[in-house]
Amino acid sequence: MGRIFTTDHRALGVLYLYLALAAVAVGTVLSLLMRVHRVWPNAVIPFFGVMKPEDYLALVTMHGTLMIFFVLTTAPQSGFANLVLPEQIGARGMAFPRINAAAFWLTAVAFLVLISAAHITSGGAPISGWTSYPPLSALPAAGPGQGLGMDLWLVSIGVFCIAAWLSAANMLATILGERRAGMTWTRLPMTVWAWLVASILTLLAFAVLLAAVVLLFSDRHFGSSFFIPMGDMINGRVVGHGDGSPLLWLHLFWFFGHPEVYIAVLPGMGLATSLFANFTRRRVAGYRMMAGMLVAIGLLGLAVWGHHMFVSGMNPYAGTAFAMVTMAIAVPSTVEVIGWLATLWGGGLRLQTPMLFALGFLSFFIAGGLTGPLLAQPALDAYLHNTFFVVAHFHLIMAMAGVFSVFAGIYYWFPLITGRMMNETLGKLHFWISLIAAYGTFLPMHFAGLAGEPRHYDRLMGPATSFPSLIPVERGITFSALLLATAQLLFLWNVFSSAHRGRRAEANPWQATTLEWAGGAERGRIERGPYEYELPLSGNGFHPQWETASKEE
Amino acid sequence: MLAAYSLLEAARVAWMPPDGALRGPIVDRLMFWNLAALCILAVVAHVWIAFAMLRRRPAGKSFPDILRWSLLAGFCVMYVWMALTAQRLWASSRFAGASLTAMQVEVVGEQFQWYFRYPGADEVFGTTRPPLVNAAAGNPLGIDPRDAHGSDDIVSSTLVLPAGREVDMRLRSLDVIHGFFIPGMRIKENTVPGLVLHIHFTPVVTGTYPILCSQVCGMGHARMQARLVVVSPTDFQAWMARRERARAKEQGQ
Repeated sequence: MGRIFTTDHRALGVLYLYLALAAVAVGTVLSLLMRVHRVWPNAVIPFFGVMKPEDYLALVTMHGTLMIFFVLTTAPQSGFANLVLPEQIGARGMAFPRINAAAFWLTAVAFLVLISAAHITSGGAPISGWTSYPPLSALPAAGPGQGLGMDLWLVSIGVFCIAAWLSAANMLATILGERRAGMTWTRLPMTVWAWLVASILTLLAFAVLLAAVVLLFSDRHFGSSFFIPMGDMINGRVVGHGDGSPLLWLHLFWFFGHPEVYIAVLPGMGLATSLFANFTRRRVAGYRMMAGMLVAIGLLGLAVWGHHMFVSGMNPYAGTAFAMVTMAIAVPSTVEVIGWLATLWGGGLRLQTPMLFALGFLSFFIAGGLTGPLLAQPALDAYLHNTFFVVAHFHLIMAMAGVFSVFAGIYYWFPLITGRMMNETLGKLHFWISLIAAYGTFLPMHFAGLAGEPRHYDRLMGPATSFPSLIPVERGITFSALLLATAQLLFLWNVFSSAHRGRRAEANPWQATTLEWAGGAERGRIERGPYEYELPLSGNGFHPQWETASKEE
Repeated sequence: MLAAYSLLEAARVAWMPPDGALRGPIVDRLMFWNLAALCILAVVAHVWIAFAMLRRRPAGKSFPDILRWSLLAGFCVMYVWMALTAQRLWASSRFAGASLTAMQVEVVGEQFQWYFRYPGADEVFGTTRPPLVNAAAGNPLGIDPRDAHGSDDIVSSTLVLPAGREVDMRLRSLDVIHGFFIPGMRIKENTVPGLVLHIHFTPVVTGTYPILCSQVCGMGHARMQARLVVVSPTDFQAWMARRERARAKEQGQ
């Protein structure tokens, strides 16, 4: 019991990663069912038989909710920060260990409630997508799964909001108040900057989502009309008696939804910066600039939610304003990418598995990020919105970049947790297969989107249109997705076999400089920057942060 | 191999469906140049990464600051170019409404069906009231019989438009949010219950174009499709006359 209901931050970090693993396993299986159904719509699928359209939409909804909330929000932020954040800033522990533990258990509860939405309710899981636009999400009669299934979804997300909030409040307090003497702002590892910004975003964004979820729940059960307009009809019955606006939900949801993307990807950006410095043995080129740009991305990220709403009926002048702010975000993002490319420029990389995955993160960040400025233009987005082009965009920039940064973190911190190294050969194999299969899955979706194929369609055939030319493309995507998922078995095997039989790791196996690798050696004042690597030409020297400055000079 | 297969197959599809709208070529041109620029940048960045990975012997010098800043400046110029060109198109198609002589058509989304309403000879849409909606009784939009303007309205499940005339579409929804998407006209806008929204465009190439629902709206979302048929102005007159005769016969009974 003590080991399970622990307040030890590192144990909680591992628990978060197990939770994310469970969620990603379920979410991946759901996505494979979707992919198989799209290519063989009449195939008999276990648990479903021949899949009905509402089954497909339920899969989409559950896949999106699981992946975004329970994988991309928990693993890089709560998972990794719990593993190493206190050590990285030289703290004795988290500021509020019990709140921190409570946050994990609430997250676990939210996960169980969400899974139950799919299994115990007669109508099945909700079908309105992870964005749950009302009135579809506000009225049980609007579709199967929109009754109890939708209620459970709302409860799950509400609990998740509270958990995310508690976790972020603890993290923020830890970073602001628990740093060891000498751990100044410019000596923070970039991961800590990223967790700092992501924590602030979490506090602001999830508070608004919680409010929105409560309002929607109230519309469903307490007769309010925040989101249901006057005269709204479902199944021939007038249900709208108040004067609500569905657009209000879109504003509230995307005020959360856009920062959420940064919550998912900022920790990866911080980690990639650290890994690029370590595995090139170079200082971070323009540290202050890189840290400042993470903050800038976070701040601007709070003011761009309208770019999800260009064709929602929002005033077109607002579309222009949101487009401009969104374009502005491209600038700090470009600074980050140029900073990383500049660090890599000189070559001589140590191409071990964590570095490969960090490079994979960079590759996806570029490939998915470059379509950002395109989609930020309302005139072009008016064609591409809700087509597969957008699916390709966010799966590259958020899902694949996010997941590859999680892999990088696991390969990198594995020796810290288990005292053993993960197998390099398996790791490299895992990387290359995943990279190629991920591109095989998501690059062709751009073309499907350009061809006009909308999201959330369970079949390529319809009364008015069909996409016969897309069928071979869809088949290629499905095969690539199956390969991508299968390659993850290599990773699972590697994790569990290396934990028991892996090569024993020496202290500080990656010759890193940040404090989590100090092994509790010294607890003196911090006098070093986070990335004091010397260029390899002048020897392989490096100065970890736990060294005192006087020793060397 | 798999990845190469799916990419090659994708390249065969390659582009947007043929465009039939007056402004379509501007959208297509912008889309092409944006995608071309971004593809080139993606390739260059990956060559850069591959070069760094293959370069075994590290360079002594770090990447020059002046180049970093110049690169950033180059990117900023590109972003400004993208924003300006696309905003000009957005402003010209969305900031102002349709011309006063544009044809009026109402689009109504309902789970899982599109309806198109023409105002008839009086050029005014009749009042609608949700409680009167009754598709089985031939009044799917709830047109109020007490309003004379509604007596000559024509409701169709196919959108028929004359080529070369601007059309002002009035978008409504009866139940949930739908997405009104005509890929061939490069047009998309949600239909939102409680709101009346307008978009306008000019079809110029005759032919049949699919109309899709682009916002998930329930279990029938994927089959919520209709057809746009663009015909010559004389054919349109003939179609409209046929519909009016049919309606007159119905009302005569």
